[in-house]
Amino acid sequence: MRNKFGERVIETAIRFSGFAIIAFVILIFLFLLKDSLSLFRVYSFKRFILEQKWLPISEPPTFGIVPLITGSLLVTVGAIVICVPVGVATALYIAEIAPGYLKTILKSLIEVLASIPSVVLGFIGIIWLGPFVKNTFHLSTGMCGLTSVFLLAFMALPTIISISEDALVGVPRMYKEAAYGLGATHWQTLWRIVLPAASSGIMAAVMLGIGRVIGETMVVMMVTGNAPIMPKSILQPLRTLTATIAGEMGETVSGSDHYYALFAVGLILFIITFVLNFTAEVFLRKGRR
Amino acid sequence: MVEQNAIIKTINLNCFYDNLQVLRDINIEVYRNEILGIIGPANSGKTTFLRALNRLNSLNINYRQKGVIVFEGQNTQDIPDSLIRRKIGIIFAMPQVLPVSIYENIAYGPKVHGIRDKHRVEQLVEESLKKAFVWDELKDRLKTPATKLSGGQQQRLCIARTLAIEPDVILYDEPCSGLDPISTAKVEDTMSLLAQSYTQILVTNNTKQASRVSHRCAFFLMGELVEVDQTRKMYTHPSDPRTDDYITGKFG
Repeated sequence: MRNKFGERVIETAIRFSGFAIIAFVILIFLFLLKDSLSLFRVYSFKRFILEQKWLPISEPPTFGIVPLITGSLLVTVGAIVICVPVGVATALYIAEIAPGYLKTILKSLIEVLASIPSVVLGFIGIIWLGPFVKNTFHLSTGMCGLTSVFLLAFMALPTIISISEDALVGVPRMYKEAAYGLGATHWQTLWRIVLPAASSGIMAAVMLGIGRVIGETMVVMMVTGNAPIMPKSILQPLRTLTATIAGEMGETVSGSDHYYALFAVGLILFIITFVLNFTAEVFLRKGRR
Repeated sequence: MVEQNAIIKTINLNCFYDNLQVLRDINIEVYRNEILGIIGPANSGKTTFLRALNRLNSLNINYRQKGVIVFEGQNTQDIPDSLIRRKIGIIFAMPQVLPVSIYENIAYGPKVHGIRDKHRVEQLVEESLKKAFVWDELKDRLKTPATKLSGGQQQRLCIARTLAIEPDVILYDEPCSGLDPISTAKVEDTMSLLAQSYTQILVTNNTKQASRVSHRCAFFLMGELVEVDQTRKMYTHPSDPRTDDYITGKFG
């Protein structure tokens, strides 16, 4: 009897934890939605999504999210272009080429890389990388999209490397042996067999990397220049969705339109990262089958 | 005469994993166009011997080897890995189809070896499937994923895939261990028909299979080659009593 009762208590506790997670996600979404709707009652959703100016404190204010989304997309795409090839190549090296002792060293170094606080990276960006970009491209300021692209790529690397590496190591040995048995060289085996076989895992790694980059706040706040204008190139100052919320939230009046507009920005960000994570999950699942 | 006929010859072949010796002083000749069966209990070094021939063992970093393997009069150490593995193809115990279509599975080998002409690849795919006697079964489904095939079909697809790289020797590492009797019979038939143009070496745990298919047979025990002889003689009057014990099932 007692055992049965104990089992039921544990089962209920576990079930509660599981449902709690789902409840949290839904609550966060509803919370964002509720405050966003407060904005859309006085400011049309269409204008919010299409207007190309973010002027929250002018009279009357304009809450156009387009420059912010453009800023976020620009740095994300830039970071991905850099970190995906580098990350996948590193993963391939660790999984298939590096000798045993180097493998261990590299893997723990990558964990160290993942644990560097983003504010430290931002600091490096301000004192070293920013001036470097400024001088290299002869800009008026080094606080621009490109500087944050480098730092964001650096931040996404550990995620991409470790998940891709898992996918590569998970490729069945028989595929490799079959390829070697047919006379394929090491490189041909990697390129034609191992990489395609691990592709869904690598796609998932890329998706999670994008999620990491698009949600990053501190680095972009410190080094992008924070100009909420439509960026014409990656060499100009810009501002992302995340930096807008973090930077302006402290200065708004609680309950004002501006305040609610920041929640609406958060809602858009939530939807973007949710879709990315969901896509990554779909790819990972496909890979497991 | 016999000397000329040997396509593969090993001289004092010794194989080790770290400090564990798995093969001891193996001296054996494989004749052109014969099917050489290799029998023996588990852990007697059969698979290691087979994989030493096309140097697949060297993928394992703990593997070391002493002695000489001669292929077509040339020390295999002097032949590049990809060439020796092309000349000496291998069929594994579990059908190792790649997760692509039937067509791509077979086209993979020729492509790896630099055949870019699409027409030539198509031709090779068809020829290989015909030679492996699976063309009629598979010709209408070349675009389907190879993983959808039955075990027996997969294994014969693997044979076709090996044939597509135009080897001289085909190694089989217990090719029927995962197959039902009907599929096994089909694989064995294929082997017998291929004997006209290929040298084949068959490692098997199934002594009956070796007696059905092979021309000559080698008995490995604890890393040593006990004897090698005509299959018919070996199964009736083996020269070593241990062979007799193994074949009649006294141990193994």
